[in-house]
Amino acid sequence: MRSKNRLNMREVRALRADRRGTAIALARSDRIFLAVVYGIILLGTLIVLYPLLYVLAASFSSPSAVTQGRVVIWPVEFTLAGYKQVLAYQRVGIGYRNTIFYTLAGTTINVFVTLICAYPLSRKGLPHRNFFTFLFAFTMMFGGGLMPTYLLLNRLGMVNTVWAILIPGALSAYQMIVVRTFFASTIPDDLLESAKIDGCNDYQFFWYFVLPLSTAVIAVIGLQYAVGHWNSYFSAMIYLQNPDLYPLQVFLREILVMSQIDTPEFMDDHAAEAIQSMKNLIKYALIVVSTAPILSIYPLIQKYFVKGVMIGSIKG
Amino acid sequence: MPLYSFLIIPVVYVIVFRYIPMLGAQLAFRRYSILGGIWNSRWVGFENFEMFFNSYQFNRVLSNTLRLSLYLIFAGFPFPVIFALLLNTIRARRFKRVVQTVTYMPHFISTTVLVGIMLQFFNVNYGIYGKLYTALVGARAPDLFSSGTGFVNLYIWSGIWQDFGWGSIMYLAALTNVNPELHEAAQLDGASRFQCMLHIDIPAIIPIITIMLVLRAGSVMNIGFEKVFLMQNDLNIAASEVISTYEYKRGFVVSSGIGSTTDVSLSTTIGLFNSTINLLVLVVVNFVAGKLGETSLW
Repeated sequence: MRSKNRLNMREVRALRADRRGTAIALARSDRIFLAVVYGIILLGTLIVLYPLLYVLAASFSSPSAVTQGRVVIWPVEFTLAGYKQVLAYQRVGIGYRNTIFYTLAGTTINVFVTLICAYPLSRKGLPHRNFFTFLFAFTMMFGGGLMPTYLLLNRLGMVNTVWAILIPGALSAYQMIVVRTFFASTIPDDLLESAKIDGCNDYQFFWYFVLPLSTAVIAVIGLQYAVGHWNSYFSAMIYLQNPDLYPLQVFLREILVMSQIDTPEFMDDHAAEAIQSMKNLIKYALIVVSTAPILSIYPLIQKYFVKGVMIGSIKG
Repeated sequence: MPLYSFLIIPVVYVIVFRYIPMLGAQLAFRRYSILGGIWNSRWVGFENFEMFFNSYQFNRVLSNTLRLSLYLIFAGFPFPVIFALLLNTIRARRFKRVVQTVTYMPHFISTTVLVGIMLQFFNVNYGIYGKLYTALVGARAPDLFSSGTGFVNLYIWSGIWQDFGWGSIMYLAALTNVNPELHEAAQLDGASRFQCMLHIDIPAIIPIITIMLVLRAGSVMNIGFEKVFLMQNDLNIAASEVISTYEYKRGFVVSSGIGSTTDVSLSTTIGLFNSTINLLVLVVVNFVAGKLGETSLW
């Protein structure tokens, strides 16, 4: 048995050497299998890619070409008319500005609260640690519901202020547990002991040791919080009445979903069809304007997002 | 003591913004009045629950919620698994990375934009779908957004489109942990690539598939509000009203459902009902997960 294993290992090594040199010849069935695999993957990728490319092409095409269905995958009768309309919209500018503010401020608050919550809970010595962990974890499983939360924020005077967007979701218990697990598994106890001996208190240890050792996990949860802020419209829809405070997504809902578009003045004399075509084009341009930034940044920081999925899968 | 001081802000936060609303949920057992508020409105026992359970909306929102989430679990979960298995058999690094970048992309599209794109594409008059249908069939395309089945299918398949790539990350990670010598040994013994996938790769990710399915089952009553709400219209409402959208409408939108005004108590009741069921489902699911292995939600 043992000698057979050894023989196999030798063969395996030979096989590997072979692969490093010229590719090993594949059996015919394997070649067919691989062709099918490549085919399916390509098909899946195209199904994902095509709508995105179509939107991009349509946004640069003339209104009539879009409405008449002449756009396939490349702009037809290239024009920037849609983008001009979108950029002329004050609401889009306001929305963008607000969304950037909510994303930056909200994510900062999220990360801060998550870190200061996760750190003590990661320390074995914390008295009543299980009680506190449960206090937070329970909120993942049960909540008071929409109406009681609204009544509370109303009572606190937060309705129709930016605080209603920034504060109620300040801490995600899920992310907190992810970070707590990370701290518990990567910050060595010995490090704390020796730092303490050198006269380091908990705040200093947190600031000078824990945070610098945790930049990866901070990036991961920060990005997840940030994408959440960028994409959310629900709390804005519930809590805000002042359009000057609306994030981009609320305007996107009005324009893309409810079709509330102020038709440009000069279109007034034109037929309903032309107006409809223009609205159509504006929507495509708006989709690109609102989505392109995230889609073009994300490949650069893809690994942090992917890491986020992995870290999240490790249970606390 | 300094260690506790870290917790001051988080504990105050969680008590104020998470636990006080739970106390506020007592409105489900009161008849809300503006003067009385949460603490002094009249007690009515289970009157609000009876009103909710007896209304025609109850069966509707419950079955719609379950239909959407079960359909999404069963139709949705094979795609990321299969995609990961296929991607794992490919050795061309560059190609693989491009495919991954592209297929992860839709995950970052906001729900609003996703629904906006769908409304454009599936527009009967000038969307791709409408044009193609007319060109192929020669008749006006049926409006998918205005029928119940159309709504359900659009909801499910757009969800699969958006997340099959992203969902495959977990399985791909599990597959990279498979010892490559298993594959080499099997190939030396004459196994084909397909057989390797069937007998090495699939068994290797069965545990994680099970865990993912169990976790998904835990959120079976939680159909997210945002996408459903954006896709709703008067014509598909019979299939698209789910618990969370109904809770919102009873609380905030005048003239929907039972009465013609908003009903704070009823909205709270719906929310409490949903949270309670969620909690029960999670406890059961965690019990099952615990039986299946050492995996546990908490």
